[in-house]
Amino acid sequence: MSSIETSAPAARPAARVEELPMAKALNAGLRQALADDPKVLLMGEDIGPLGGVFRVTEGLQAEFGKDRVVDTPLAESGIIGTAIGLAMAGYRPVCEIQFDGFIFPGFDQITSQLAKLTNRSGGAFSMPVVVRVPYGGHIGAVEHHQESPEAYFAHTAGLRLVSPSTPNDAYWMIQEAIASNDPVMFFEPKSRYWPKGLVDFAGTAAPLHASRVVRTGTDVTLLAHGAMVSVLMQAAEIAAEEGVSAEVIDLRSLSPVDYGPIIDSVSKTGRLVVAQEAPGFASVGSEIAATVGERAFYSLQAPVLRVSGFDTPFPPAKLETLFLPDADRVMEAVDRAMAY
Amino acid sequence: MSDTTPTVQFLSAEGELAPTESAGEYSSYLDRLTDDDLRQFYRQMAIVRRFDQEGTNLQRQGQMGLWVPSHGQEGAQVGSAFAAKPQDHIFPSYREHAVGLIRGIDMLAVVELLRGNTHGGWDPTDPTNGNFHGYTLVIGSHALHATGYAMGLQRDGVVGTGDDDVDAAVLCYFGDGATSQGDVSEAFVFSASSQTPNVFFLQNNHWAISVPVTVQSRTPLYLRSRGFGIPSVQIDGNDVLASYAVSAKHLDDARSGKGPQFIEALTYRIGAHTSSDDPTKYHDLEQHNFWVSRDPIIRFEKYLRSLGEGDTFFDEVRIEAEDFAADIRHRTLALTPPAPATMFDNVYSEPHPVMQEQKLWLERYEAMFEEEQA
Repeated sequence: MSSIETSAPAARPAARVEELPMAKALNAGLRQALADDPKVLLMGEDIGPLGGVFRVTEGLQAEFGKDRVVDTPLAESGIIGTAIGLAMAGYRPVCEIQFDGFIFPGFDQITSQLAKLTNRSGGAFSMPVVVRVPYGGHIGAVEHHQESPEAYFAHTAGLRLVSPSTPNDAYWMIQEAIASNDPVMFFEPKSRYWPKGLVDFAGTAAPLHASRVVRTGTDVTLLAHGAMVSVLMQAAEIAAEEGVSAEVIDLRSLSPVDYGPIIDSVSKTGRLVVAQEAPGFASVGSEIAATVGERAFYSLQAPVLRVSGFDTPFPPAKLETLFLPDADRVMEAVDRAMAY
Repeated sequence: MSDTTPTVQFLSAEGELAPTESAGEYSSYLDRLTDDDLRQFYRQMAIVRRFDQEGTNLQRQGQMGLWVPSHGQEGAQVGSAFAAKPQDHIFPSYREHAVGLIRGIDMLAVVELLRGNTHGGWDPTDPTNGNFHGYTLVIGSHALHATGYAMGLQRDGVVGTGDDDVDAAVLCYFGDGATSQGDVSEAFVFSASSQTPNVFFLQNNHWAISVPVTVQSRTPLYLRSRGFGIPSVQIDGNDVLASYAVSAKHLDDARSGKGPQFIEALTYRIGAHTSSDDPTKYHDLEQHNFWVSRDPIIRFEKYLRSLGEGDTFFDEVRIEAEDFAADIRHRTLALTPPAPATMFDNVYSEPHPVMQEQKLWLERYEAMFEEEQA
């Protein structure tokens, strides 16, 4: 059950299912949003002829023109700040931040302005701005290119945070985020840009802020968002071989969190392991662990366990596989949870 | 002092019409003004001066947590505000009370903001509020919003059409301290890049709270924008005619598609930065006295009297200003605090489960105490 209904884009008429990588699914979603609403604009660094460093916007400037797919000057505060002004003028800007670690020059505009302007203006201004953030590790990149900064934004009232884990979700969720009248931080798990998955162009979108059970089980619940969901699916396979039935939940929305399916699952399994690439201290996983402890205390057979990145700076790429939780790290926590 | 560079000035400090050489190209803009316009300039400056004094009084009497005085900057504000057309948009910082008044804002909204009743106070989308946007307390942030808004006007097709009733510009105010903020430089970059219809209006009042403008910049600030490719001019900001004429020209240029413009108005904050400030700790008395002698209202009164305006007019304005202040006082004293549950309103535009849950929780929590008392 989802806590919030978001108006979903209309189902497309043609019955069409295609196997696409997430980057191309996002491209298709952005193209659809640009075609559906002339007020939608894309803004960012290198998103024009280059199509973005991950090619998510490839071909869109040629199709929709330079006024709607805008190669901006290289300044993140400027990108977010001008997007705010455009939103005040009735536009729906979609900003691309090139890499997770480059979002901080825009942090002030996001947290002090974008997140608060609807409230400050007494509701006079909606802020239908999407900030797309490629995030996370597993790509062997240099410093500032592999981070998971979502907790900074989850702490800020006025923002919504989502992260798709599959190409199909990416296609639909980007359109729902653009249709939202609130600012949406759209975290794209960059290590999942390339693996292919089925995109159902004729389907209907799940509500933007709904969490979803993606594998059913009875002994332990595993919860994550973004790229970590595929790690949980590997862990669930390993667990099954060891005779442990793991249920896997794809969080999808980091703010607000759709607790319904999570509490339902924990009520059944009695155990919860929350996994994330981000450092664990004051993280989204910590918040969920605390809330599940409050709401499902009598169902729990073990403390909620967190599997996170270490509380260090993201290490040099040669150490990233040690920093990032893998299926074995998840299983270590599953074993501990089962031992209670 | 940075006002030794050639500035555009029409009225001398003594209120005599004595245009500087650099004022020449702006002279024709004064031809647009009627005698009644000139009386309006004086009237608005005098009313805001009195409003500002009332705000200070009310703050000292505990009616507001903070007051932000505009005393001394009325000339820069009134002249530029009168130069804006109805379809233009205004992005103030937080000291532009005169501009808000001229654009139609109920000045009580400023009191409500500084009293702690609201974070905003007026609806910029309400046509009666003259496209006057909210005050922004993070210094310089709104320069980017003004630039983005102007990018929107370009996409709306209301720039450079040649139709005087359609073409629009965005007038953005900030102070000398703001010029050191990255967002103001980024606003220059983005507006130059997109050739947006922005007029950036700097009120250099010589002090960023306690720090003199010489700490912000070693060169005159009007030169700052030129490295970004934005034409600029420095004016005597205490000369309301200079502020009007120069703003009118550069707003025309912006509306007609000539790209962003930058005006530095030299002025001075006669009073404190805010009611929490103590300028006696840092003010230079000689500088202070110099600027007091260049008061924009006294100067303009002398000019109007030289044109033949008599005591009757000035007495009428004085009474109107007193009435204005009394009305603000009465309505301030009648203000009630916002309802607690409004804290959760408008955090999001669309329904949000956490807001709904916490609003309900607070209502139940408050009700517990009412039950205990019952």
